Amino acid sequence: MKALIRVVVCGSVDDGKSTLLGRLLAETGSIPEDQLESARFTRRPGSTIPLGEVDYSLVTDGLEAEREQGITIDVAYRHLMLPSRRRAILADAPGHEQYTRNMAVAASTADVAILLIDSMRGTKRQTHRHLTVCGLMGVKHVVLAVNKLDGVGYDQGIYNELVAEVSDTARRMEIESVIPVPVSALVGDNVLAHSPNTPWYHGPTLLDALDAAEIPEHIDGEVRLPVQTIIRGKEFRGYGGIVAQGAVKAGQTITVAQSGQQAKIVKLHGLKGTEPFEPEQVITGESATIELDKDIDIARSDLLVTGEPPQLADRFAADIVWMSDQQLAHGRSYTLRCGPLEVPATVTNVRHRLDVTNGNTMAARLLEINDVGRVEIATSRPVTLEAYSESRETGGFILVDRMSGETLAAGLTRFALRRATNVVPHHFEVDREARQVLNGHPAKVLWLTGFSGSGKSTIADAVERKLHSLGIRSFVLDGDNLRSGLNKDLGFTPEDRAENVRRVAEVAHLMYDAGMVVIVALVSPFRADRQAARSLFPEGEFLEAWVDTPIEVAMERDTKGLYAKSKSGNLPNLTGVGQQYEDPESAELHLSGTDPVEQNVDTVLRMLLPDAVD
Amino acid sequence: MSIDNETSRVLDALEAEAIWVFRETAAAFERPVLLYSIGKDSTVLLHLARKAFHPGPIPFPVMHIDTGWKFRAMYELRDRTAKELGLDLRLATNQEARDQGVTPFSHGAQEFTRIMKTVALRAALDEGQFDIAVGGARRDEERSRAKERIFSLREAGHRWEPRNQRPEFWHTVNNSLTNGQTMRVFPLSNWSELDVWRYVARENLEVVPLYFTEERPVVRRQGTWIMVDDDRMELEAGEQIEMRRVRFRSLGDYPLSGAVEGEASDVYDIIRDIEVNRQSERAGRLIDGEGAQSMERKKAEGYF
Repeated sequence: MKALIRVVVCGSVDDGKSTLLGRLLAETGSIPEDQLESARFTRRPGSTIPLGEVDYSLVTDGLEAEREQGITIDVAYRHLMLPSRRRAILADAPGHEQYTRNMAVAASTADVAILLIDSMRGTKRQTHRHLTVCGLMGVKHVVLAVNKLDGVGYDQGIYNELVAEVSDTARRMEIESVIPVPVSALVGDNVLAHSPNTPWYHGPTLLDALDAAEIPEHIDGEVRLPVQTIIRGKEFRGYGGIVAQGAVKAGQTITVAQSGQQAKIVKLHGLKGTEPFEPEQVITGESATIELDKDIDIARSDLLVTGEPPQLADRFAADIVWMSDQQLAHGRSYTLRCGPLEVPATVTNVRHRLDVTNGNTMAARLLEINDVGRVEIATSRPVTLEAYSESRETGGFILVDRMSGETLAAGLTRFALRRATNVVPHHFEVDREARQVLNGHPAKVLWLTGFSGSGKSTIADAVERKLHSLGIRSFVLDGDNLRSGLNKDLGFTPEDRAENVRRVAEVAHLMYDAGMVVIVALVSPFRADRQAARSLFPEGEFLEAWVDTPIEVAMERDTKGLYAKSKSGNLPNLTGVGQQYEDPESAELHLSGTDPVEQNVDTVLRMLLPDAVD
Repeated sequence: MSIDNETSRVLDALEAEAIWVFRETAAAFERPVLLYSIGKDSTVLLHLARKAFHPGPIPFPVMHIDTGWKFRAMYELRDRTAKELGLDLRLATNQEARDQGVTPFSHGAQEFTRIMKTVALRAALDEGQFDIAVGGARRDEERSRAKERIFSLREAGHRWEPRNQRPEFWHTVNNSLTNGQTMRVFPLSNWSELDVWRYVARENLEVVPLYFTEERPVVRRQGTWIMVDDDRMELEAGEQIEMRRVRFRSLGDYPLSGAVEGEASDVYDIIRDIEVNRQSERAGRLIDGEGAQSMERKKAEGYF
């Protein structure tokens, strides 16, 4: 049984949440005496609580900004000392609808939820929403506090009805247990001590119900140890990480899920006090340091397992909670993070949106802030995401905006859509290194971006002619040419453009692996898409060159007649006219499309292959 | 007295979380630094850092923001610890302010702290180009801290924007930093003061002896005992130095740290005292008392 349990508290200020929490914390000795003192002698305007008594609602009062605006912005974390000497960390999430995301945060690590309902007002859409989010985030146990029973004359009938209603919904959300407790936070009924006001109630008090929550420690099952960090010492190399599942012991044979390589754990390292010692085992939730019997290739985010390694996959169905003001647009590339794992990922499809107030699904193309929906996700390489229902730690992920760094969404992997069983990367003996040696020059990627008519193709052509004359193997991937074949199913919406860039980048990657110098000439108007392309290549191997030509000049040139077409209204998505071009912020090269071509070629080559041209 | 089994298991869980935080700090950021203030929380923090990387060394520098007014016993422990553990110890002082004669007596507790700690810290972090700084703050220290993240984002200029904090899910950290952003990280977020002392006891860690009662030269000031640790102490009219058996709940600059009377000769005495009296340790600090919400404002300015 866990000694430290995590609890999400669901309910709003109107349900009497701060009073309940304040009382629970104060009366269990979880709040220092001097902090209670100020709750005895400070009063809000209109308060009817006599000075000298603790106003419990003040104990949990938050930030100055929140008090001034009379709202709760954020999740607050507090300790609750349990009678068994175990500990609960309460994550107190704001109750209102616009804070679904905060509730998701608080519920993501919770073992138990305290769900508060106001018996004078009954269950509301909000109660349903709280249960849905708890169910979604994998909270299995609910302690239901039916509050303000003093306001309905401690009526057992009303209590029973509310309990039945909540239990019914909880079952549908796959919540395993609901322990109901009739309480009055204001009066203190059944919070810490049984109340004479509810002689019909024989169950546990709220505190005892929490303390009775039996949260097992998962030591069964095969080991899942995501490598968090490499530990280096004098003549020592070990691997550290939090055990996501199972029990790690010396003598076990582990497999690296990504490569299939195996090694044996020879020793677990630890410190007892300040003295080195070797722990017998390290279990789920604890941090392990392991030493292996041989030197195999292991990096951060590799998953070490015992038994059959989980299958790698690169397409997944997932539920996501969207948390950003910017909408989710499918086709856009984000950074997916799951523990130490970091991988570019694209939301390829939005299947439906979930109405969290009644559990119904609705057709949807995009998701907005606080929406919950089922989506399909493609990662740029096969990864070991597992079903969230099996493992929160290896199945829960976040999506991060590549530019702003904002956390956009929390995701819960449901199942893999395309297993990569047969594409476990085979390590061929002849690799890029070998091909480069044979070619006598390094492989590189030059990515030319800019308006249509800016001069990308012209520069690409001139660069390639020069490379050819130098005996360097090269190839030009031209956007327009590819659209007549590989990409002919794609249009010019932002989603299609993202897919277009993704495919071109993958083709460029193949050619790069073949040891060639690849020149890409593609409008690629969006920063995030260019960033995604860049992320496929090692640092320094991908050069972004912005062919910066004023739109007026490009229009004047209008080599392909596109601007004329746009003027007549036949081309709504033309970059620079109907669609924005996002200027590069991190391009290695900034070329002016009005400079002589030879000059641009020279600049490009000096940066691309300095050894070849000098 | 010893630590009971359930409590020890709570400590194990808190320790595991802190070790995870340290490892993430080292693995997912470029230039971490550990802020070391020599108090009990720092002692625990340093010990957890050792555990996180054992048998390797702590893979980042340890920095002390030195106001020049710490207790002598603190400097002694700092230098000895750095030597014994082979720490890459960096010292940072607002030397300009010091040269101009800024003292706790000339500028008052709050202003002195702003100049010698907050400003010095910001300058030292900028100068070292540290993208993440580890601190010992705990959520139970003060009400506004209850909403602090473990990984707390700071905008350019070290500003803390409560509305712009990132949600924290599972063991997944968003380490992206753009436009001059940096990170502060608090491995002891979920620890209470009692947890810290119990851990000191269980792990047998050495702390500054000022936490234990001894006869010390003190003066009565603003309802508390201030120790006269050296001859720079400026006495106010009517103040008399006297010998009293006192100890400290919290350590900082000696002219600003209030001592309490009462016997505590070892860690277990301290634990018993907190269990019985349940006074928070900040009650003795002169800087916190000045104005409601002073901690929240200090944080917005870049204080830890």
